[in-house]
Amino acid sequence: MRDAAAERAEAERLFAALLALGATPVEADILQPAETLLDLYGEDIRGRAYVTADPLRGELMLRPDFTLPVVQMHMAGGAEPARYAYMGPVFRKQEHRGGRPSEYLQVGFELFARAAPAEADAEVFAAFAGMLAPLAVQPVTGDIGLLTAAVRGLTTTEPRRAALLRHIWRPRRFRALLDRFAGRVPPPPARRALVEALAAAPARALIAAAGPLVGLRSEDEIAARAAALLEDAAAPPIPGAEVATLEALMALAGPSDRALDEVRRMAGRLPALSPAADRLAARLAALARRGIDPAALPFEASHGRTTLEYYDGFVFAFTAPGREGWPPVASGGRYDALTAVLGRGRSIPAVGGVIRPALTAALRGSQPGGAV
Amino acid sequence: MTLRLGVPSKGRLMEQTFAWFAARGVQLRRSGAEREYAGAVEGAEGVALVLLSAGEIPRELGAGRIHLGVTGSDLVRETLPDWQAQAAELAPMGFGHADLVIAVPAAWIDVATLEDLDAAAAAFRAVHGRRLRIATKYHRLVREFLRARDIADYQLVDSQGATEGTVKNLTAEAVADITSTGETLRANHLRLLEDGLIHASQATLFLSRGARWGGPERAALAGLLGRMGLAGMPPGQGDGAPPADGAGLPAT
Repeated sequence: MRDAAAERAEAERLFAALLALGATPVEADILQPAETLLDLYGEDIRGRAYVTADPLRGELMLRPDFTLPVVQMHMAGGAEPARYAYMGPVFRKQEHRGGRPSEYLQVGFELFARAAPAEADAEVFAAFAGMLAPLAVQPVTGDIGLLTAAVRGLTTTEPRRAALLRHIWRPRRFRALLDRFAGRVPPPPARRALVEALAAAPARALIAAAGPLVGLRSEDEIAARAAALLEDAAAPPIPGAEVATLEALMALAGPSDRALDEVRRMAGRLPALSPAADRLAARLAALARRGIDPAALPFEASHGRTTLEYYDGFVFAFTAPGREGWPPVASGGRYDALTAVLGRGRSIPAVGGVIRPALTAALRGSQPGGAV
Repeated sequence: MTLRLGVPSKGRLMEQTFAWFAARGVQLRRSGAEREYAGAVEGAEGVALVLLSAGEIPRELGAGRIHLGVTGSDLVRETLPDWQAQAAELAPMGFGHADLVIAVPAAWIDVATLEDLDAAAAAFRAVHGRRLRIATKYHRLVREFLRARDIADYQLVDSQGATEGTVKNLTAEAVADITSTGETLRANHLRLLEDGLIHASQATLFLSRGARWGGPERAALAGLLGRMGLAGMPPGQGDGAPPADGAGLPAT
């Protein structure tokens, strides 16, 4: 049963803690333009957000999170660096029975800073660790930047690297593409047939023979992809040693200090990992200066791969052990690329996170003497 | 209380439903005047016939206002979230076949599979600055299908009719629609993706888990299924088995 008063009191306590850290309080409209959210998050968000029609403004969504409006507000003229805190209800449609709330309070912290990204990562993580300190939660961290660096360092064609990068956040398709590009799985029969046909006749002749072209996708676009497929069919497989290193990286899990040692060793085999390993080292040092021991901080290289795809660097979450079916109590990460998409040419490095007061209140309530 | 059986109120679907029950010893018929949506059941005790639009039957099953209902398996999956928790398939009925499929222009020689569609969508977005549109009225089924297969960079646009025409009319780049023979798709210069079958639908007898299942309703169900030779089939078996805690009839 939702205890709205306890949730609200807890939210205000967490919000006050963020203001005490120097954050500026900000607000965001509950009704957000659907188009921007859909463009950023894709069709998934339509399944998860309440969509409504406004006679003048078109399709609107009940705010599924604050990140987007806060980024837009900052990019419209915020000073730098900036720290923002917010608190309010967010709305998520639940398509499955079994209890996750469709409306709950969210408290969040976003930090926009061009200098010292490792410090910014550590500051945000420490802010959440501090708010959660008295509670029985388990942190986990990751770094999407390591994965993208590894993919960018593969000895293969640019389209193959781009295809893999695009699917970092969709592990099954990533795996299928990697198997194909590594030469472990042959292309489907239709692909082989097309490649053979393209060897015998120009793409435009095949398109004309296939039927009258309807729709917006042009003959040029079809021919361009056909040419890309032909090129891809001739590309050599990604070297096995590189694939093995990438797979070892994706499976890497352990204490952060040991994970860093391991990534350094991998960088010996895949040199493109070196700058990312340096960034991880700098982050761990910054965390240690804030009293967070890398030897006690879990790291999972694949953490963050199944979230909405905007985190592109440091990622973290705090989960509640033994609470089956709970979402993370708090989560966040770095999303530099999102600001570039929204900024239309401008961008600002950003890192942030959110916390669910309903869950921390429940954890607090179940701890002996926990009601502070 | 009686067991309420919802069946389509008109057309070929109604006739085929009546014939299906008749072949199993249960006579359904419309009673009263031609335009009155009332019906009668002969051959089974304690069963009331409720004539409804086929499209309303999933909702009535979900709400528990009917105990049994005949409708397309696609409509139940589309209309009811977590449909197995709300309904169980008692018997596929062997008619009303229709496949929900994804189709693209036949001239897209580079797109044969979902993997191709995904890659073409990425290229389309880069060229046109927006996501590749797929027109459909089956939003839940299509979205869940594409999400489960990690397809990105598409957008669903609503089309409640003449969906095959949306590509030519430039309101969509691809479609996800019902087809039985593929004739309409071909006539509109569209082609099925090889792995684009989302659901093979047919008319199905469903049981509502949320309806009131007291002694009289259970007795009427046992009598009806016994008469039709379906008694051995426990509720919830068949394609898409329900979660274990929802197996069988709801507890009273």
